[in-house]
Amino acid sequence: MLEDKDRIFTNLYGLQDPGLEAAKKRGAWNGTAAFMALGDDWIVTQIKESGLRGRGGAGFPTGLKWSFMPKEIGERPHYLVVNADESEPGTCKDRDLMRHDPHLLIEGCLIASFAMRANACYIYLRGEYIDERIALQKAIDEAYAAKLIGKNACGSGYDFDLYLHHGAGAYICGEETALLESLEGKKGQPRLKPPFPANAGLYGCPTTVNNVESIAVTPTILRRGSGWFSSFGRPGNAGTKVFCISGHVNTPCNVEEEMSIPLKTLIERHAGGVVGGWDNLKAIIPGGSSVPCLPRDICDDVLMDFDALKEHKSGLGTAAVIVMDQSTDMVRAITRLAYFYKHESCGQCTPCREGTGWMWRVLTRMCEGKADMAEIDMLLDVSQEIEGHTICALGDAAAWPVQGLIRHFRHEIEDKINTYRADKSVHAMAAE
Amino acid sequence: MSSRHLATEQPDSFSFSKGGEKEAKFWIAKYPKGKERSAVIPLLWIAQKDNGGWLSEPAMRSVGDRLGMAHIRVLEVATFYTMFKLAPVGKHLIQVCGTTPCMLRGSGEIIKVCKNRIGEKNTISADGKFTWEEVECLGACVNAPMVQISNATGDAYYEDLDRASMEKLLDDLAADRAIKAGPQNGRHTSEPLGGAQTLTDKSLYNGSRAKKIKIPNAPKAAKKVSKKKEAK
Repeated sequence: MLEDKDRIFTNLYGLQDPGLEAAKKRGAWNGTAAFMALGDDWIVTQIKESGLRGRGGAGFPTGLKWSFMPKEIGERPHYLVVNADESEPGTCKDRDLMRHDPHLLIEGCLIASFAMRANACYIYLRGEYIDERIALQKAIDEAYAAKLIGKNACGSGYDFDLYLHHGAGAYICGEETALLESLEGKKGQPRLKPPFPANAGLYGCPTTVNNVESIAVTPTILRRGSGWFSSFGRPGNAGTKVFCISGHVNTPCNVEEEMSIPLKTLIERHAGGVVGGWDNLKAIIPGGSSVPCLPRDICDDVLMDFDALKEHKSGLGTAAVIVMDQSTDMVRAITRLAYFYKHESCGQCTPCREGTGWMWRVLTRMCEGKADMAEIDMLLDVSQEIEGHTICALGDAAAWPVQGLIRHFRHEIEDKINTYRADKSVHAMAAE
Repeated sequence: MSSRHLATEQPDSFSFSKGGEKEAKFWIAKYPKGKERSAVIPLLWIAQKDNGGWLSEPAMRSVGDRLGMAHIRVLEVATFYTMFKLAPVGKHLIQVCGTTPCMLRGSGEIIKVCKNRIGEKNTISADGKFTWEEVECLGACVNAPMVQISNATGDAYYEDLDRASMEKLLDDLAADRAIKAGPQNGRHTSEPLGGAQTLTDKSLYNGSRAKKIKIPNAPKAAKKVSKKKEAK
């Protein structure tokens, strides 16, 4: 079990003061100028060696991503953009980092921007997080007043500006190129890649987009050492991670734990166990709504990391664990997610715009059992036609939960269809 | 995608409040020269606040003129993002999160309360005080079920609800009593109910972490070595 002394977010629950002085007392801003004095290459190497993989869902190695930025600043300035558009159903970790430990994020923005030779950084916050926006802006103002950011940030001789931007309720803006479009004042519709943002991102300039948690852990990695960070979790899955445990557990919560912790241990140790006991478990979505659900027998011993969950055709995603007990109607639960993706599709690519609505309508009928058995395979087929055939990953994200449902809970759909038909034949006979 | 249209009845004009003007300037200054358009979402949000909680067509035009944007581009943005309300709403806008994590913990009950007390979704209650709607994940899943209530005082989250606490919130709002944001069941924030089991180590908070640190993996006196080499 991760000990408190190894937790990065020591004010996760907001039980301490989020202000600058208290944050400094907890270790924030300790040594920042000294890290910068060691140079951008040193910082990138440390992050690479720590094994940090992006915390926004895709799990791309953070240090490697940073190294894609041009080595010299050309005619166009460099930008760091922090993806704080946390909207993946089940996920509410960045919210706590921003309202309770904002100085770790701000310090991380400075360090990461310096490492990528960016003099400006935008944090794109989801529109609904209005109290969080106020809290984060307050912390940014504090950091400016204390000369930690701004001209000659931390006395390092480096000029750095940090701006907070916000959206207005569009899940798609969590996709990095949609986010950039939105930040430029347009509809949030993803861009084709290439060019990748590291070549042409915000305002056509070299840009790196990172998740809040990925950026906020970097100062502590430099303070404690890359070896310290990589000592947690299995190889290739290093570090600590903030998990969000929601759904049918006794005490839902956010908690920072080490990577590769067994799923069952995570739930029993921190979330008070499954409602009605582990035997009452039906399924778990282990990484936010976009990843396929896992039935109980896999949940018994699966580890919570990128590779272990991938082996089971699911994923760590944002590490948002959604627990469903035996009382859950799986078809309805996934249908509600299908509605979510239908609602949030940006409408740009036909397979996603039309396919998400189609899947939702078929699933809605299946909830009542008003479907043909052959439609189950047709649904699977359509989901595979959406997957991989769209500009961004929202199409995949919409397809995977449906595929997970059919893979593990096909019998529930079949039962509904059979029940509906049995009822109908009774009615038919009665009518005769 | 969601299909959204402008209200058929529109006011003749719109103007920013004094506070709104100041705030608009603050946002526009965040973006490079020539990229003022980036401020369109923040400005539309300010305009919505100044317009009583919804965006009228004159308000969109006003934002477009201020940012040097074609009106149609502003309309595109306003209809794309679902936090922009395109028709008038009640004094308190109640947005119930209905996505699966909230659904599993009883958002259906919260929706029932809203239906009984307020009426159909996206309508204004007879007394003009309430509008409710079901929205997609608001990102407070470990405090489910929850609602966001927007009114003149702000846009706060009310979490860990059940039928009784939702009824009470509506009672208090109807009687113009102040309500307290955050979890309604005694939790502080996102810690487990009953109190945090982690982050209890007092040494995290006694200032020992602010002491000067030796940087791990720092190159060992690299400068001195290079000077010696130069000397040779």
